[in-house]
Amino acid sequence: MSSETLLSLKGLTKAYPGVVANSDVSFDIRAGEIHALLGENGAGKSTLVKTIYGLVKPDRGEMVLGGAPYHPAEPRAARTAGVAMVFQHFSLFDALNVAENIALGMEDPPRQRDLAMQIRKVSDDYGLPLDPTRIVGELSAGERQRVEIVRCLLQNPRLLIMDEPTSVLTPQEVQILFQTLRQLSSEGTSILYISHKLEEIRALCQHATILRLGKVVGTCDPRRTQARDMAEMMVGTSLLTPEKAPGEIGEVVLELRKLSAPPPHQFGSALREISVSVRKGEVLGIGGVAGNGQDELLAALSGEMTTPNDMVMIKGQPSGALGPTARRRAGLCAAPEERNGHAAAPDMSLTENALLSGRVRRGLTSRGFVDWPAARDFADEIIATFDVRTPGADNMARSLSGGNLQKFVIGREILQKPDVLIVNQPTWGVDAAAAAAIRQALLDLALDGAAVVVISQDLDELMEISDRFAALNEGRLSAPRAAKGLSVEEIGLMLGGAHDMEVAHAEA
Amino acid sequence: MLKLEKRAQPSQVWTYATPLLAVLVTMVAGGLMFAALGEAPVTAIRTIFWDPLFGQFAAFSRPQLLVKAAPLILIAVGLSFGFRAGIWNIGAEGQYIMGAICAAAVGLAFYPLEARWLIFPLMILAGLLGGMGWAMIPALLRVRFGTNEILVSLMLVYVAESLLATMALGPLRNPDGMGFPGSRNLSQYASSANLELIARTGMHWGVVFALVSVILAYGLLSRHIFGFNVRLSGDSPKAAAFSGVQPGRLIIACMAISGALAGAAGMFEVAGPSGQISIDFNVGYGFTAIIVAYLGRLHPLGILLAGFLMALTYIGGEVAQLTLGLPRSAIQLFQGMLLFFLLAMDLLTNYRVRFTKTGGA
Repeated sequence: MSSETLLSLKGLTKAYPGVVANSDVSFDIRAGEIHALLGENGAGKSTLVKTIYGLVKPDRGEMVLGGAPYHPAEPRAARTAGVAMVFQHFSLFDALNVAENIALGMEDPPRQRDLAMQIRKVSDDYGLPLDPTRIVGELSAGERQRVEIVRCLLQNPRLLIMDEPTSVLTPQEVQILFQTLRQLSSEGTSILYISHKLEEIRALCQHATILRLGKVVGTCDPRRTQARDMAEMMVGTSLLTPEKAPGEIGEVVLELRKLSAPPPHQFGSALREISVSVRKGEVLGIGGVAGNGQDELLAALSGEMTTPNDMVMIKGQPSGALGPTARRRAGLCAAPEERNGHAAAPDMSLTENALLSGRVRRGLTSRGFVDWPAARDFADEIIATFDVRTPGADNMARSLSGGNLQKFVIGREILQKPDVLIVNQPTWGVDAAAAAAIRQALLDLALDGAAVVVISQDLDELMEISDRFAALNEGRLSAPRAAKGLSVEEIGLMLGGAHDMEVAHAEA
Repeated sequence: MLKLEKRAQPSQVWTYATPLLAVLVTMVAGGLMFAALGEAPVTAIRTIFWDPLFGQFAAFSRPQLLVKAAPLILIAVGLSFGFRAGIWNIGAEGQYIMGAICAAAVGLAFYPLEARWLIFPLMILAGLLGGMGWAMIPALLRVRFGTNEILVSLMLVYVAESLLATMALGPLRNPDGMGFPGSRNLSQYASSANLELIARTGMHWGVVFALVSVILAYGLLSRHIFGFNVRLSGDSPKAAAFSGVQPGRLIIACMAISGALAGAAGMFEVAGPSGQISIDFNVGYGFTAIIVAYLGRLHPLGILLAGFLMALTYIGGEVAQLTLGLPRSAIQLFQGMLLFFLLAMDLLTNYRVRFTKTGGA
């Protein structure tokens, strides 16, 4: 590892109306190092990397890249200077093939055949197997990420920025990605690695900068720092771990009998003969890499997608053909993954959003007429109970931060006291303190005798709160196993292993 | 240089200010257009907006305000449900014609029976059902086969116009009309006439219906779960599905409401101001109502005001055609400008315009 500085940030400040996203941020990234940028949601990580990538112009401060002043006016300038970025959300066209997608992002793309050869070479060199002729819509999330990485590597970057790259990968795929990143690092490429998964950072990074509320609050060598200490630097207070009190497991309240459904749209997943039963007081964790049927499973349980009646049994009653309203009446509530635009309507007030799913179980209408004061009370109750930070229930859902809206959405379902609660990605994009609160609320609900199904890609979360664990892979659900004592390797195998990927050739 | 920033919340002030601003800008742009046509802009604008209400012949034009506003309001209120839910019934004109044909057919079938208590209500019912039935065609095609309701409803306008001509020349032609096209005059038949309720005000049953529809729509949208589902579907279809709204039912309900109200508007028109089924019975209320619905922010009370404003431009336009000799198309262009500027100004509700010093990235 060389100690020469590649990129130096000096006093970067960026304010938006009402919030200072970055305040006097300074740190150095050395050539060839893997540098972690740590922080909660809203700490200013995104703004900072967008500044480096030329998407955001800082109000103050400067950057020096390889000894020369660096002020990218736009991403193209950043790419020319040797900075590449892999975004958390991919910008790929499903209907085009891999090479076409990569060509779209290039200044003057070579002929398709030449490009395909370059793609093959780069993917071979770095152990990222990728067929340039495959249609992106058919690729798994991990493979899509490889398309983005290869797209970056074709530019021979000096600095590669990776934003939360492992959220869509199985543990085995994570290992392969790490091999690639280590190889790049050994060849002299610097990597700025953004994540909130502390164990990953400890395994991969040589240096970490921690942001809180837009300021650098600390730096450390993650290999020599406890995860807990880093987390506390990130949050600023000490963290509470959700406590799981041994509750009483009762009778079966939700049973799936060979639940099968065709994919709802072209790039959706089919559900294939899912059989499982969940008992009162129990938390069933369902893990899996995104795009393996999570959304479809949630829709089939919430009633948004109906199935033959006896495939879903709620409290012994066939319910597969019931819609969401009837299922709520029967005692099943659900919270989908997408907060804005699915679980909540972004341009409607929190009062209206409380009505959205709380109508039946909270009796918010009589003869079709809405009892607005009662809906407002319900919204206020959610806001108070789940510590939703908002000026009031009249505010639009979209004015809330992601974590706050998530607390509202989960709180709305929990306060309806369901017998069965299904949640998908309950803490996705939520800061550590709020995530802990949500997990605790889910555990409390189970303790009160509800059956809770948590669908998540965050394995740590699932291990923390589940009684039993099952994996969803290509629309099939593995047999559930007791969560206690499962090893990471076993979970990885349940998740479908590495999808037949291979470790970087260069290692051998 | 100008820059647009999305607001966290839509601006309350601009929501209400944009229609007024749009009217003002339309007056300016319209004035320029009239000037280009060789008219004094101020005179033209005054002729359109002032003279019908307070001018020399206002006593004749004022009652026309209610007569013209009623169908616009009735149709626009119906359309506003669908528009809020993202269901685009562009064919209200056709539903208006079909309501009129059905109502006229019922009325004429009883001719010359004197039984107003039976015939008039039956005609209203026929108008409602006629418009609703015509709107069910695009609705059911959309729900069943996923066709585009914009295209289907729009094309059905031309079918309805052909049907209107056929009716005026064929089955509904006045047997005592000496071969002239057009039906008997329903406004001269005591059992079917939709006459002024208060003399010289223009107040007829259609106006009463329009006002009642405004009040009912307001109640439905703000207090009833149906109105909530309509708004929810427009804001976020996936959230609506999660909430338990069945999209197919919502499409059918919204199309039924807009079709029925457009049909009723046709009924009141054919039994009153127009009086007969004729080839040129329809004058574009169904299309103008789209402007009215948006000018009124898809809000029933806003539509009420917008209906009057648009009626004013209709009457003022006629006055301007008569007194200034402005072409009819200039008036239509003027009405179109109003919608254009309103939609353009809408930007200010959701975005904030900023001036930046440097011409940056």
